[in-house]
Amino acid sequence: MTLRTIRIGLWTAVVLLAALATFLYFGPGRPGQTVLGGGDYVLEDGTGAKVTPATLTGKPSMLFFGYTHCPDVCPTTLADMASWYEQLGPDADKLNAFFVTIDPERDTPAVINDYVHAVSDRVTGITGTRPEIDKIIAAWKAFSEKVPGEGDDYIMNHTASVFLINSEGGFEGTIAYGESQDIAVAKLKKLIAKG
Amino acid sequence: MKTMLFLAAALLLAANSPALAQSDSANTPTPDMSAMAADPLAPVTVGDIEITDAFARATLPNAPVAGGYLTITNKGTEDDRLVSATSPAAGKVELHEMSMQNDVMKMAPLPDGVAIAAGETVSLSPGGVHIMFMQLAKPFVEGESVPITLKFEKAGEVTLDLSISGVGADSPPAMHDMKM
Repeated sequence: MTLRTIRIGLWTAVVLLAALATFLYFGPGRPGQTVLGGGDYVLEDGTGAKVTPATLTGKPSMLFFGYTHCPDVCPTTLADMASWYEQLGPDADKLNAFFVTIDPERDTPAVINDYVHAVSDRVTGITGTRPEIDKIIAAWKAFSEKVPGEGDDYIMNHTASVFLINSEGGFEGTIAYGESQDIAVAKLKKLIAKG
Repeated sequence: MKTMLFLAAALLLAANSPALAQSDSANTPTPDMSAMAADPLAPVTVGDIEITDAFARATLPNAPVAGGYLTITNKGTEDDRLVSATSPAAGKVELHEMSMQNDVMKMAPLPDGVAIAAGETVSLSPGGVHIMFMQLAKPFVEGESVPITLKFEKAGEVTLDLSISGVGADSPPAMHDMKM
């Protein structure tokens, strides 16, 4: 390979990367502006109160998608949230938490309310009609799918991370399933500090 | 300059795909949970199969499913297989495997059961292969226990009690913190 070839190759790379950076910066989904969140759903919490995208504003929040027929990730994550709240101490009051069912057919307001409150009163259970639930799932680009089982049984596969949302309803990051408590709490403190 | 641009592009890419930026830490093998079992029950033996550290998790209100976990050691010279499980505490008991694919929790029934090769130990633990109790007769309450009958291809059947631990008492294994 000649030096000339290398030089041309490198300059081509520079031009392509510059074009890519320009596109990413000025194209759809600008950094600094969230591409997640928003939407126009109307849902309800476990007490029947209306839930809209505005519900995710005012304070920073944790947002989790799950369902009550979930044997592992959902109860574990709820228990994690409760223990993160304990670690936060007085700052806990500055953070909201929402558990949105991806299985509204089975998770009525009363069902989801009892379920989440058995672990923590700080977590709000959210349900609604299937089309409205699909809207909030889409707004956060979360994933859920139904896997048919025997008879009427089915399993839901779903996004297992906790979304971290700032007080303006914008995406700030996630806490992955199984992430250590220290890191999770550090992320929450950062989120609360930012507001 | 080139480096700067490349870094900028890489950062922008990362910022635009939060889900992709998730670590795959959940895909790392599940550590042995035996040391964390809530109730160190005496081992239960059937044929060449030894079962230890058996427990189930308490359920939350309205949750008609529960997970059961145990460690199986095949002390024999022949491969064996856990083919099925039944319990009077549940309308149906299945063997399931939970896995994390990127950021998504996936559950899959294991219709062929769980192989336990000769001389091997297999842990059924939170976040991985587990016993799934469905259509619970009543909630699983911490401190109580549930009977379960396990059927092995060669060793035959054995009934034991799973002690019920807290909802999150056996929290998921402390996975490696490899997040970026």
